[in-house]
Amino acid sequence: MQNMGIEVLFKGDNFIRLLSGLWVTLRIAVIAMMFSIVLGFLLGMIMNVRNRGIRGVCRIYLEIVRIMPQLVLLFLVYFGAARHLGINLSGEKSAVLVFTFWGTAEMGDLVRSALIAIPNHQYESGSALGMTKLQVYIYIILPQTFRRLLPSAISLLTRMVKTTSLVVLIGVVEVVKVGKQIIDASRYTNPKAALWVYGVIFLLYFMICFPFSRVSAILERKFSD
Amino acid sequence: MIFTGIAAGILAGCALSSGTADTGAKARTPEEIKKSGTVRIGVFSDKNPFGYVDENGEIQGYDVYFAKRIAKDLLGSEDDVEFIYVEAANRVEYLKAGKVDIILANFTVTDERKEQVDFALPYMKVALGVVSPESSLITDVKELKGKKLIVVKGTTAEAYFTEKYPDITLVKFDEYQEAYDALLDGRGDAFSTDNTEVLAWAIRNRGYEVGIESLGSLDIIAPAVQKGNTGLQNWLNEEIRSLAEEQFFHTGFEATLRKVYGDSVDPDSLVVEGGIVD
Repeated sequence: MQNMGIEVLFKGDNFIRLLSGLWVTLRIAVIAMMFSIVLGFLLGMIMNVRNRGIRGVCRIYLEIVRIMPQLVLLFLVYFGAARHLGINLSGEKSAVLVFTFWGTAEMGDLVRSALIAIPNHQYESGSALGMTKLQVYIYIILPQTFRRLLPSAISLLTRMVKTTSLVVLIGVVEVVKVGKQIIDASRYTNPKAALWVYGVIFLLYFMICFPFSRVSAILERKFSD
Repeated sequence: MIFTGIAAGILAGCALSSGTADTGAKARTPEEIKKSGTVRIGVFSDKNPFGYVDENGEIQGYDVYFAKRIAKDLLGSEDDVEFIYVEAANRVEYLKAGKVDIILANFTVTDERKEQVDFALPYMKVALGVVSPESSLITDVKELKGKKLIVVKGTTAEAYFTEKYPDITLVKFDEYQEAYDALLDGRGDAFSTDNTEVLAWAIRNRGYEVGIESLGSLDIIAPAVQKGNTGLQNWLNEEIRSLAEEQFFHTGFEATLRKVYGDSVDPDSLVVEGGIVD
């Protein structure tokens, strides 16, 4: 009998397990991204206020997120909070929290620069029409920033999808960990399994990231019309 | 310090909304575990044959076999255990944060770790093993003199031979696969690493045999609990002692390790009963 290694994928529930691992990955990234978009818009607007103190705080927050590796944040929230604050969060909740903390900062900075890029006369024309500041933002400024933001937001989302492979260190079994479990369980019976399992994981990541970039490209074209 | 402050603030906000705060960092005593009805045990999920997930998604292995028995003797049913999948790098953190009651993840006892966690009595031991071709089998370290011994960089084997037998030529590799390939190609006369590893390999590679099954300082493997959780530590020690009567760990060996190590391995070279290492 020729042993190719590929049969490991169809043994027992292995393939279903990989897919449910992928679902965990996707769930964390998408939920965190939704929070990040909402909070990022708020942060972006706050970052543009004139008050130096507020801007300083935002700046510090942004720098912290950029300096701290995500893994450190994950450990801080999952283990640190339980140890020092008595707050016991599940691995998945911790992951969503950390990814939102990270995504909000990145989105906030993107929104901030997108807002700056809107020419001043757009704001002024709105005010001239008798709109309040909030109305100017909602009806004139924000719609114009969406198009500029889309490519970078999608790239942030795909980065999040890929970074979920870290959450295994706080006990969340996502697609890469399931892959490792499958490879290890068959390491005596099927030493060639690794190539196939990692190959499938590669395809699965591609399958979820590719549609996101397609959708973004389509929307971008639509908005520019 | 500023980041911990910010992270803590965000955390506090989240905890209020999710309301999952049920346990803190303090470890649970056997009584508290009994009251909750479930014991939380941290195991490996990708260290076949000690803790691994089979193709049906079920957790299996030598450590898991023991974990189920702990649940049975502590709570009455071997299903009253919540398995938490840990990594080598976060085993200590899980105990410190009180997120598991016991770690049963092939945890080698070292002085450094003893400062961080409390170990119960050992249930397994590991030493170095040396595998070589049957045609020129090496059964004693002295035979290695002037020969080429393959080792993997950063392993205990490398450190041991460098220090104790400087006259043996070492051929070093970064990964296990490379080292095994080198042995198969004849680029070295023998290969040494943990005996559990070489024993399992020799079974699957005809023409090779582990001539030296146990060498160097013996490492012991034991369950670990949070530092200061003497209640649970004592309970585990009692459990391990009483299990010696029925030779429980030999049964565990037959159920989980025999299929990997085959008939050539004497269970006594790996298994420890009643916490007594000879």
